[in-house]
Amino acid sequence: MRRTLFENLIRPPLTESAPAEDPEIAALAASLKAAARARLGRSLAIREVDAGSCNACELEIHALNNVFYDLERFGLHFVASPRHADVLLVTGPVTKNMREALERTYNAMPAPKWVVAVGDCALDGGCFARSYAVVGGVGAVIPVDLYIPGCPPPPLDILKGLLALMEAA
Amino acid sequence: MSALDAVLANGRPAQGHRPWPRVEVDKATWQEAADRLAAGGLTLVSLWGDGHSVHMAVRDEADNRIAVLTLACPDGRYPSVGARHPPAIRLERAARDLYGVEPDGLPDTRPWIDHGVWGVSRPLNPSGPAAPIARGYEFLVAEGEGLHQIPVGPVHAGIIEPGHFRFTAAGETIVRLEERLGYVHKGIDGLMAGATMAEAARIAGRTSGDSTVACAFAFARAVEAALGMEPPPRGVWLRALMAELERIANHFGDIGAICNDAAFSLMHAKCGALRERVLRYANAAFGHRLMRDRVVPGGVAADLAADAIAPLRALLALIRETFPRLVELYDNTASLQDRTVSTGILSAELAQQFGAGGHVGRASGRAFDARRALAYPPYDRLAFDVPVLDEGDVNARVWIRIREVEQSLGAIDQMLASLPDGPLATVLPPGGGEGAAMVEGFRGDIFCAVRIGSDGRIEWCHLRDPSWFQWPLLEAAIEGNIVADFPLCNKSFNCSYSGHDL
Repeated sequence: MRRTLFENLIRPPLTESAPAEDPEIAALAASLKAAARARLGRSLAIREVDAGSCNACELEIHALNNVFYDLERFGLHFVASPRHADVLLVTGPVTKNMREALERTYNAMPAPKWVVAVGDCALDGGCFARSYAVVGGVGAVIPVDLYIPGCPPPPLDILKGLLALMEAA
Repeated sequence: MSALDAVLANGRPAQGHRPWPRVEVDKATWQEAADRLAAGGLTLVSLWGDGHSVHMAVRDEADNRIAVLTLACPDGRYPSVGARHPPAIRLERAARDLYGVEPDGLPDTRPWIDHGVWGVSRPLNPSGPAAPIARGYEFLVAEGEGLHQIPVGPVHAGIIEPGHFRFTAAGETIVRLEERLGYVHKGIDGLMAGATMAEAARIAGRTSGDSTVACAFAFARAVEAALGMEPPPRGVWLRALMAELERIANHFGDIGAICNDAAFSLMHAKCGALRERVLRYANAAFGHRLMRDRVVPGGVAADLAADAIAPLRALLALIRETFPRLVELYDNTASLQDRTVSTGILSAELAQQFGAGGHVGRASGRAFDARRALAYPPYDRLAFDVPVLDEGDVNARVWIRIREVEQSLGAIDQMLASLPDGPLATVLPPGGGEGAAMVEGFRGDIFCAVRIGSDGRIEWCHLRDPSWFQWPLLEAAIEGNIVADFPLCNKSFNCSYSGHDL
């Protein structure tokens, strides 16, 4: 372990922060910082709910926390309870079996609050829309502020989407 | 006479079911098969309904042959297999919820995936006798002084799928865990019925997102079996390459996440970086990070460009350089070992009885791997080991994943060395048929059975995720452990909710 920790000290980070390496993320970061600070100080707390997804969107949301994207440096972080959240990130077509849980999670959040629907299924139910077991997109159950399309959207698109929300909010 | 032949001898073979036989049986033979499942000569592969009949796929433990037994149930009833062989209970509860086929003697008569909110009961059997919509759900009881219940879910604290866990604990120690699933039931069986081939392939690839390649692979092979065709060699090899990339990426994610649940975030960060590199390679090579919709009936929909081979070799070299150091880190960190060794032990007997696939079974002495046991192409031409351990604890499930990553790297080497040229896919011939297939996903064996109508549309399709036989075992493995170790045990199983709930 000592060797690994020592190398971590002397090697450059994997996090893609320098504008020269990835100007898109750097631009996002600067812009997100300004908008988030104005509205919510330095941080935005996100609660994620899978309302019926196939789990692919969750995998890409997870990736936001890996060392390449390192979501928390932007002041965005995931929280365990809707009571601590500013943003509800919802994936999946909303199944009838999850409808009540989604509504209760939304109702448990304090205002001001925003809802971001992630993925093609969250938009309109996607390829599951015509099922007896599916209500439809997230917007059929709770008010949605922003849709991030994709099947699943790659992590950078989700990051961009959160930025767009901050600009609009 | 083998256990399978003894059952098949009494049945009437159905025509045109490939590659394994399907026989129509009577109730006596159906029950004999259930007895042989209970005795261990046969292993349950799946059980499902289609509105008129119940089907049961079984595998002979002696020689890995698979067969499908069909029992017509004109009165909507059949003898319960779960009454004799518990692994069938949840499958029978689900088949009843969807198709209204009633298993006589089923020990657990509660609904399973029907939570009483669909607005319809038995949605896939509208012509059958109407049933009242069930509401409410009685959890199993545990009685004793000082016992208390902890309800968790369906919305969990982390970024994971929804499901409900009902713990009964004595102080910190778990006395009973009961799962309640079905929250992400999307009605996939119903959507499959009548779907075009293209629609069905898309749905199959969306049953469980982390196994999108493996599910699409299983569906494609079942369709190809039904139509009596084989994809071109390059398509076969590229499928397997994608399947191994998916396996490696998921194992990296799991190994890191298990360590993270033991509060060792360094492994999580390092493994997460390796996973991200594999996904980025997949995106560059095949145009999608998870390689979704890249495996299709007839072959593959994306080629591996000549200039994508050098980056793949570089990726393999990077993994070979960094992963052994992480394995050493895992093995030499006492505080981590303290959490994983002897935690959440699954007995070999239960793993065998339930036919548990993947790392769950192979960490508890069950050596089954569909890539080896069924040797479907191109695995019949690849040399690889199937790692097996006997300890059955969280640590063993981590080590199975570590060893499988190493084996997959070797398999990819071999694929690169002998990747054939040629077309990617074959056009599907017109007409219908019946087929079945089993494919090894990262989580275990995925079974798919399909019937295609003469118009080329899907009549019905049944996809059985390995989680069906792993979820019940988590309830057994957690008993006697402390509540705080549940996330660790749960992640070491990493069962799918969506793949199970369909």
